[in-house]
Amino acid sequence: MLKLLKRLWVIMKSPSTASFGFILVIGFLGGIIFWGGFNTGMEATNTEAFCSGCHAPIVKEIRETIHYSNRSGVRAICSDCHVPHNWTDKIVRKVQASKELVAFAMGTIDTDEKFKARRAHLANREWQRMKENNSQECRNCHQFEYMDFSEQGKRSVSQHSTALASGDKTCVDCHKGIAHQLPDMKGIEGW
Amino acid sequence: MKKFITAIFTASVIALSVPSVYSADDVVMSNNGGVPSLRGLVEISDVNQSEALKKVPREQHLMDRNYVQQPPMIPHSIRGYQVNLNANKCLSCHSFKNAGAMGATKVSVTHFITREGTTLSDVSPRRYFCLQCHVTQADAKPLVDNTFTPVDSLR
Repeated sequence: MLKLLKRLWVIMKSPSTASFGFILVIGFLGGIIFWGGFNTGMEATNTEAFCSGCHAPIVKEIRETIHYSNRSGVRAICSDCHVPHNWTDKIVRKVQASKELVAFAMGTIDTDEKFKARRAHLANREWQRMKENNSQECRNCHQFEYMDFSEQGKRSVSQHSTALASGDKTCVDCHKGIAHQLPDMKGIEGW
Repeated sequence: MKKFITAIFTASVIALSVPSVYSADDVVMSNNGGVPSLRGLVEISDVNQSEALKKVPREQHLMDRNYVQQPPMIPHSIRGYQVNLNANKCLSCHSFKNAGAMGATKVSVTHFITREGTTLSDVSPRRYFCLQCHVTQADAKPLVDNTFTPVDSLR
């Protein structure tokens, strides 16, 4: 075994007889294939079908909401709100999500009852995450700078021009349960 | 024998060629008796075309009440508002706790009274489901003429 490793080390260490250009081309092509494969694999974990594997009942709930059916036909899928779009943040979130694979293996929310019991916990964690990153995933589409207050309702303007403009509040502080049913809201600020 | 068969054949040809007056179709076709109802002169067995869905305005002026006990109408859109066991979106603005900060109308204290007459410290379960009485108003014309006028005190 050690002999084999030693031989491998010698091969890896000694300069190759292949031309420099050939090695460059091989490395370049290999890089494209590896990077493409990695990204495709990660995108596959961003699809609705993948999320439904564990969170089926909650994925269905979006259908009644404005983020699924609306006048202009633009819609959001799970990852638009729950996975950061920025690459570094996305990787961080994906690594954190590996913990959720353990939950999947243990069947933490694999029945309706278990899911209902854990729902408040899951929701609170997501609200906390969005509060900490200043509702970044909302702002990927809904940017404050481009909001036209004359087009908004009176009630929206009174909140957006004050608390949101000053940064006291972030989107998720008020907009909870906009794509899902709410958990028990007892004790939540503003409810 | 031959005569008998001919007689049966003739009888059946006559029976089949004369249109029957009381076929099942005819009974169904005349079931409204020519009387138009609220949904127009449509056969009872027909599904008549539904009205286009009315759009609830995002915001409208406060609507006057027509009679004293009428629950006030909701002057804004309530699309996606959840009112259930877990949450009550209406009360997140209209409860005593939140109304001041949100600039909303408070629920009346009558909503704190149970059916036995006890006043609770919060909305009574029988008054929890706001939309049982309070509704939004779209620009829908009355289906029939109505000469109802509010009492003097509301005019």
